[in-house]
Amino acid sequence: MITITVNGQRHDIEADPNMPLLWVIRDILGLTGTKFGCGAAQCGACTVHLNGEAVRSCVTKINRAAGQNIVTIEGLSANNNHPLQLAWNEMSVPQCGYCQSGQLMSAAVLLRENPNPTDQDIDDAMSGNICRCGTYQRVRAAIHKAAAMQTEGVKS
Amino acid sequence: METNALSRRNFLRVSGIAGSALCLGFYFPANAKKGELITVNTADLSGFEFNAWIRIDANGKVTLTDHRAEMGQGSFQSVPQIIAEELEVDLKDINVVFAQGDPVKYGSQITGGSSTIRGSYKKLLKLSATAREMLITAAANKWNVPASECYAGSGYVIHKPSGKKLHYGELVADASKLTPPKEVKLKDASAYKLIRKPLQRMDTPMKTNGEAIFGLDKKLPGMVYAVVERSPRLRGKVKSFDGSAALKVPGVKQVFKIQMMVFNTTRDGVVVIANSTWAAMQGRKALHVEWDESGFEHVNTADIYKAHEDLLKTKEGLSFKKQGDPDGILNKADKKIDVIYQTPYQAHAAMEPLNCIAHYQPDKIEIWGPIQAPDWVQGDITSKFKMPKGKVIVNMTFLGGGFGRKAFLDYTHEAVAISKEIGAPVQVVWTREDDIKQGPYRAGISYRGQGSVENGEISALKFKMAGQNIDHWNGPSRDKANNSTAEGFLKPYYDSIKNLSFADVPYEMPLPNMWWRSVYASTNGFAYESFMNEMAVLAGKDQLDFRRQYLKDERCQALISKMEEVSGWKSRKKNEGFGVAITECFETTVGQVVKVSRNAAGKVKIDKVWAVMDCGWYVNPDIITAQIEGSVVMALGAATIHEITFKDGLVEQHNFYDYLMPRMSDMPLVEVHIMENPADAGGVGEPGLPPFAPALTDAIYDLTGNRIRKLPFNMNAI
Ligand code: FES
Ligand code: FES
Repeated sequence: MITITVNGQRHDIEADPNMPLLWVIRDILGLTGTKFGCGAAQCGACTVHLNGEAVRSCVTKINRAAGQNIVTIEGLSANNNHPLQLAWNEMSVPQCGYCQSGQLMSAAVLLRENPNPTDQDIDDAMSGNICRCGTYQRVRAAIHKAAAMQTEGVKS
Repeated sequence: METNALSRRNFLRVSGIAGSALCLGFYFPANAKKGELITVNTADLSGFEFNAWIRIDANGKVTLTDHRAEMGQGSFQSVPQIIAEELEVDLKDINVVFAQGDPVKYGSQITGGSSTIRGSYKKLLKLSATAREMLITAAANKWNVPASECYAGSGYVIHKPSGKKLHYGELVADASKLTPPKEVKLKDASAYKLIRKPLQRMDTPMKTNGEAIFGLDKKLPGMVYAVVERSPRLRGKVKSFDGSAALKVPGVKQVFKIQMMVFNTTRDGVVVIANSTWAAMQGRKALHVEWDESGFEHVNTADIYKAHEDLLKTKEGLSFKKQGDPDGILNKADKKIDVIYQTPYQAHAAMEPLNCIAHYQPDKIEIWGPIQAPDWVQGDITSKFKMPKGKVIVNMTFLGGGFGRKAFLDYTHEAVAISKEIGAPVQVVWTREDDIKQGPYRAGISYRGQGSVENGEISALKFKMAGQNIDHWNGPSRDKANNSTAEGFLKPYYDSIKNLSFADVPYEMPLPNMWWRSVYASTNGFAYESFMNEMAVLAGKDQLDFRRQYLKDERCQALISKMEEVSGWKSRKKNEGFGVAITECFETTVGQVVKVSRNAAGKVKIDKVWAVMDCGWYVNPDIITAQIEGSVVMALGAATIHEITFKDGLVEQHNFYDYLMPRMSDMPLVEVHIMENPADAGGVGEPGLPPFAPALTDAIYDLTGNRIRKLPFNMNAI
């Protein structure tokens, strides 16, 4: 039995300790916002926050997450109103949408650590996330927009 | 908004609650003329068939049944934008549900050929305007006033002189009893309030909080998971297998052999059934399978291209088009070029790996998945499993990308075969490795271009292609040239180039192929437009002026001027390379200008891409812009980063670590312009892809003098 906290909720999991967090989240907890893209830490579709850090859940064994805090896309904000989500909506970033949970989870850590990222910072932080639909230009613009919204929010 | 494909029963229950409704659709009963517009009075919903495209209920809510897949191209947004415009409702009052596969009700449903809008917008406009007029008539009758004194807006009919108004919901019962008018007046483009506006996509919110349900996200009660070990060499057969170790893996329930059919060929696999995807994957690792792979050990990429080249040099091939006497002129010409272009095999590699849920029951089969062609799947499964008509139900989910791959019928057939074997609903999951290694692929094609110039003018052009045919599955007769031999090539060239020919040199190879975004134009466009750039150099002309001289058609002339204007073509600086290409496919023409330079380290980098699209009538310029941005990224990957290669019958790539993808730092700036003209709508999702590679290599030539004729090439090695 392994206990993990996902989006603020405690779960006791009965599973192979080697099972990656990705499949625990998707197949056992039924939270399907976190996506399977490569299973090999190559694409970032499965990105979640483990104690606030962006990790590739497809290669993170459930064992490693025992007793810890996990946030998935479903828990990024209460009402789909994280500045990134708002900016994503305003700029119609997603095409097929499949990679976007991962893009948002990576961007959320970037923005928390670096409230005003440069293009180079964005290249560095986001290069682990593949988008086959090619939404990169909009992802970049939306991160800048969210940063601006966040700064505005802090000021007011 | 509904995100899930609703089952028929659910949908009817929802409808039942709503009571009476006005439903309009292109209903195709056996005895009606195809495409005939009729209304269905649904006051009694018990016998109502799911056959409407739009339905307005007693609350004034509009439900649109989207007959096409949503795989990123934005049909979920652009189709409602069309309907709301003529129906005069607010976009927020439109619900969208996915249609089930049913060609009788919806006509062709294949999401391919960039056809979602161009294939149906006229019908959608007419349908919506018809509903609006019927609602206006119903209100006018109620008020006993002439219909001409009434108008519609935001879901109400309003009587202009008195200001009285009625909500659509209050009118649907009466309206549904009226006979639809034969003719309705459609808005002039200048009066559009929604069409041509860059409105935000309504499906964004559900794609930013994990709510959108893709194929892999769909779950059924009692569902088990399956992964399949398929032959590492394409089309190998299972000689024997041992599943005993796999069965010991916790969670694994069953192991058995399966045979899947693709058109007239078969593919073997060994299936592992488990209670989670992970357990099934672990079980698969413990399998021991012996394969019979005879016949495919000699497939090598180098040999394929060598064979292409030999064919192009020694065979005339099957004539696709010929005008004048290109051979005679080429023989005598002094100033001429003769070159070979090569394009690689490519995987689709959609972000969502293939997957499908099937539930086989003796009297009915139900399927859920990311499916590009639900009507084909329905037909295929009905015939292969000998089901009575109407007993195969295909439900579409969101697609995590498709690019042509998810119109193939292998993964759906395999899932049904597995469900039949185990007698339970099953989700078959392909790993990324399965997705990349199993194909089908975009075929790699080689081209030979020969051309001559006299007095600065083209005197002859001769093109030949050699490569696999995409529909080789069905064994098409190769006594006629591939009818896509000249796909991508601009037709107005035919009028100005007197001596010209295209031929297809048949090349047979049993590798599985399928459409890949923009299909033949993706490879043809590289060869033909690269060659035009080479001809411009031979003629001593500027590439854009050269095209202006040969593309006399009015739309092309306007497009070229726009490309010149937006890219600053005339004010190019030293140390900048500018390249250009224009291609046409799916009735849309796209021209691109690419600018490159060298960075501080001396490496060539792409500074900017300007794309000008002429797609005629269009709906949402922001979606078009996004489609072109995405097409450029996909073309960039295929031109410079990845390819599928074969060694002794094995695909050499596995996952994104050796089938590399463009990433954030590779993204060039893309600026998109859309031409305004009254022409009919062309495609949007694909035509932005083909011109990129030839424009890029032309820009590199402009900067370095190095002409690249083989894709992919390494940007860092120039
Ligand atoms: S699925 Fe985890 S990085 Fe690709
Ligand atoms: S939006 Fe489709 S993969 Fe990123």
